[in-house]
Amino acid sequence: MNPRLDPRKWLSFLLSPLDGPLMLLVLALTAYSAVIMVSASPERLGTLAVNTAVAFLVMWAAARIPPQRMMSIALPLYVIGIVLLVAVALFGDVSKGARRWLNIGITRIQPSELMKIAMPLTLAWYFQSREGMIRGRDFLIAISLLLLPVGLIAKQPDLGTAILVTASGFFVLFFAGLTWRLILPVAVVGIAAIASIVIMGDTICQPGVDWPGLREYQKHRVCTLLDPTSDPLGKGFHIIQSTIAIGSGGVVGKGWGNGTQTHLDFLPERHTDFIFAVLTEEFGLVGALILVVIYILLIFRGLFIAAGAPTLFSRLLAGALTLIFFTYALVNMGMVSGILPVVGVPLPFVSYGGTALVTLCLGVGMLMSIQRHRRRVGT
Amino acid sequence: MAAIRTPEQELARFRGRLAVAGIVALIGFGLLAARFFYLQVVRYDYYSTRAEDNRISLVPIVPNRGLITDRNGTVLARNYSAYTLEITPSKVADLDATIEALSKLVDIQPKDRKRLKKLMDESKSFESLPLRNRLSDEEVARFIAQRYRFPGVELKARLFRDYPMGSFASHVIGYIGRINDRDLERIEESEDAANYRGTDHIGKSGLEKSYERDLHGITGFEEVEVDSGGRAVRLLRRTPAIPGNNVVLTLDLKLQEIVEKAFGNRRGALVAIEPSTGGVLAMASTPTFDPNLFVDGIAPQDWDQLNTDQDKPLLNRAIYSAYPPGSTFKPFMALGALTTGKRTPNQTLADPGYFNFGGHRFMDDKVGGHGAVDLYKSIVVSCNTYYYMLANDMGIDAIAGFMRPFGFGQRSGIDLPGEAEGVLPSPEWKKKRFKKPEQQKWFGGETISVGIGQGYNAYTPLQMAQGLAALVNNGVLYRPHIARHVVDAKTGERRTIEPEPLRTIPLKQAHIDLIKRAMVGVNKAGTGARAFAGAPYEVGGKTGTAQVYSLRGGKYVEGRIAERLRDHSWFIAFAPADKPRIALAVLVENGGFGAQSAAPIARQALDYYLLGKVPAGIAPEDPAAEESAEVAE
Repeated sequence: MNPRLDPRKWLSFLLSPLDGPLMLLVLALTAYSAVIMVSASPERLGTLAVNTAVAFLVMWAAARIPPQRMMSIALPLYVIGIVLLVAVALFGDVSKGARRWLNIGITRIQPSELMKIAMPLTLAWYFQSREGMIRGRDFLIAISLLLLPVGLIAKQPDLGTAILVTASGFFVLFFAGLTWRLILPVAVVGIAAIASIVIMGDTICQPGVDWPGLREYQKHRVCTLLDPTSDPLGKGFHIIQSTIAIGSGGVVGKGWGNGTQTHLDFLPERHTDFIFAVLTEEFGLVGALILVVIYILLIFRGLFIAAGAPTLFSRLLAGALTLIFFTYALVNMGMVSGILPVVGVPLPFVSYGGTALVTLCLGVGMLMSIQRHRRRVGT
Repeated sequence: MAAIRTPEQELARFRGRLAVAGIVALIGFGLLAARFFYLQVVRYDYYSTRAEDNRISLVPIVPNRGLITDRNGTVLARNYSAYTLEITPSKVADLDATIEALSKLVDIQPKDRKRLKKLMDESKSFESLPLRNRLSDEEVARFIAQRYRFPGVELKARLFRDYPMGSFASHVIGYIGRINDRDLERIEESEDAANYRGTDHIGKSGLEKSYERDLHGITGFEEVEVDSGGRAVRLLRRTPAIPGNNVVLTLDLKLQEIVEKAFGNRRGALVAIEPSTGGVLAMASTPTFDPNLFVDGIAPQDWDQLNTDQDKPLLNRAIYSAYPPGSTFKPFMALGALTTGKRTPNQTLADPGYFNFGGHRFMDDKVGGHGAVDLYKSIVVSCNTYYYMLANDMGIDAIAGFMRPFGFGQRSGIDLPGEAEGVLPSPEWKKKRFKKPEQQKWFGGETISVGIGQGYNAYTPLQMAQGLAALVNNGVLYRPHIARHVVDAKTGERRTIEPEPLRTIPLKQAHIDLIKRAMVGVNKAGTGARAFAGAPYEVGGKTGTAQVYSLRGGKYVEGRIAERLRDHSWFIAFAPADKPRIALAVLVENGGFGAQSAAPIARQALDYYLLGKVPAGIAPEDPAAEESAEVAE
């Protein structure tokens, strides 16, 4: 038999780069996504299949790229990203009051999306290059590398992506050993700031009060979260309706395809950012907890891979990528259930949307690569 | 700054931080799970209800309002179906331009625009407000063809209230009008709030107001599943509306018509009561108004006209205006004298033409007096001196005590809104009425004035009619009422408003008979003789003249006094004398002597009620009576 046609060999070629547990969890999530999509937006199932196929291909390809190669493309990727962000700032298309898109002829791309992966890659590369002699100065340089794209993204403005990119960079700094003496005060100040906003919401949300550094619509989102009923037919409508969808789902949900909030159009963005509300309305608390458990397993698999990663670069990258998944899931579910502001973060692997799915699968692919190459590049 | 560490230390620290990350992730998801538990388990009922409220919309089905008919079935208030052009201001970008464009298709008068402006001031911008009512078929067709050009403008088939008799009995029937903010507050406080969803009219006055609960009916509902845009997706359940009950009156519209026409353009009121039941046979107040003007929001100029007219056409004088009863009070005083024993029937007093009291000379009408006067004669000739003396002998407390059970100075409890109390004077009343101590004191001279029905006395025509009805009904006083039956529009089942005897005044039959005889004498040989000349039935009556203007001792000459300051003219009557079927009180404002202007109106009313005699100029048969009640579905 011609070994080229041996199906077992082909199967091994296809499967060998993939990490079994991660693959199963991602498959479970995409399957979950398809099940919900049947109810939320059946006409999109075809596109969902294509998107998933493309994303899996990207994941498979990424899993085959050894970490050293990734390291070598980190800086160029970062530079390209910065250039594109500057280009967006100069020539980008404006949509819904924000300049986020760059028209490159064939299609429109959103360079900030690239930064979600380029950022941890670059910072992990930087710390790898300084391995063994990391000083405080290196953290300052890393923070500068982080703040440059974040500033550009925040200016678009795109608070959601800015937060995610900041988080991805911060995770690298955290795993690289950023001192608690810096982390804790920032965390305390952050929590205090959030708490004070919640407590003083009534005063600072008055019209005419300007918030330093934030745009009017960003202030509006925070204020709407604090009191959705202040604007029940405007921005608050999203949060009110998604909270009703979740709450009315009860323990076991209204049943597949029976969500009244979903099917009578009360839920906004039901196939994208608010898909979690559809899931919980129809499958209840049980459906929500199943999803949460899958995410926990995914994150612990990621952290496990990070723990076993051989180089500083792969350790930092794996840890940061894992926590990005966590951040996506937490922010999305928090926003849909009304405890975090609406910042436009998709539910990882479940929300409809090709770019996000490809980005996330690229991340998973990189994790798989780190896991697969853990022995070959020993220290 | 972090010290340089060995790779092993680095790795250990890294793994420590991984553990921290894992714990943070667990805490984060734990908080989320807690949030889900809170929303889906703890607050499940709340959110479930919210979702149902979102999904299910109750579309009210407004019930047909009940009809009002007189005792013979003549329809006084009904409904008919017509198209109305409604506009929702909040959905229209440029209201003026839209109305301008609509006026090319549908006749829109300046008063329609003014009325819409007024409605907009009174209501919320998302309410659908009528621009034009009762569109013709042609107008309906023209609008439908161009409907797409007018978002926010709708054609609605609606029931309209109609008062086919126009201004006849308008004060009694009242009118409905659009529910305003004040009505809304009242409705929301009552238990009927749900029943008024979808209703935009409510009884504002008269029977339309007092029988609102019966007439309105019970609102039905369609339970409809709607999407977020409010579009109905499917019908879940339908509860039909229960139409309002019809109200059948004791009122005789023909009698009412004769009376109102008899008033001509004079101001005044008449109340006719069936003594044995308290049923109101006629209640007129002139001038009248057309209640149809109010049904869909009265045009501002009509409203201004009705309100600024110094004849006050909206005022129901029969129950709201109180006048001194003048000499019509004398039969009651005489009965009081007999009952309290202050006079006997045969006791004769000499009338010199005046009565001196406390340095003041109270004059009789007749210069030189009536000579020897007994109780019978005192009524027939209306001798003031007799009653000056009587009042002085009885004293104010005895007078007030005797009069109170007849209903004087109290609300009668008639089934109409807005009744006035009137004034039955007494020292206690004066104490309450005035603030300054020097004004609160009761003077003996005031008692003398009360004795002839002047002074502080002030009673509504209804109170006079009710008092007389009680007197001729041998002291049994009924609560006056206008509604006779309330009829279920579906089943035809009727609920009778039972006559309600409020009290029996302890009187001697012989005394009552004497007073009645004297009142018959009034119409035979006394002040009412001219008005009742040739009447084929025996009728008791009493004239009265209520002073509007104090002459301060001067002589009253009608021609010299401005019309508005002339005396009010009263007449009270009952017939037939042996077994009265009707008791009435007529008041003509500034009509002068009672015999002159009020008595002839009473004569026409009695001639029709007892003989079926219709005065010239009024159709003998009521054309509306044959018309059956039309209810548009």
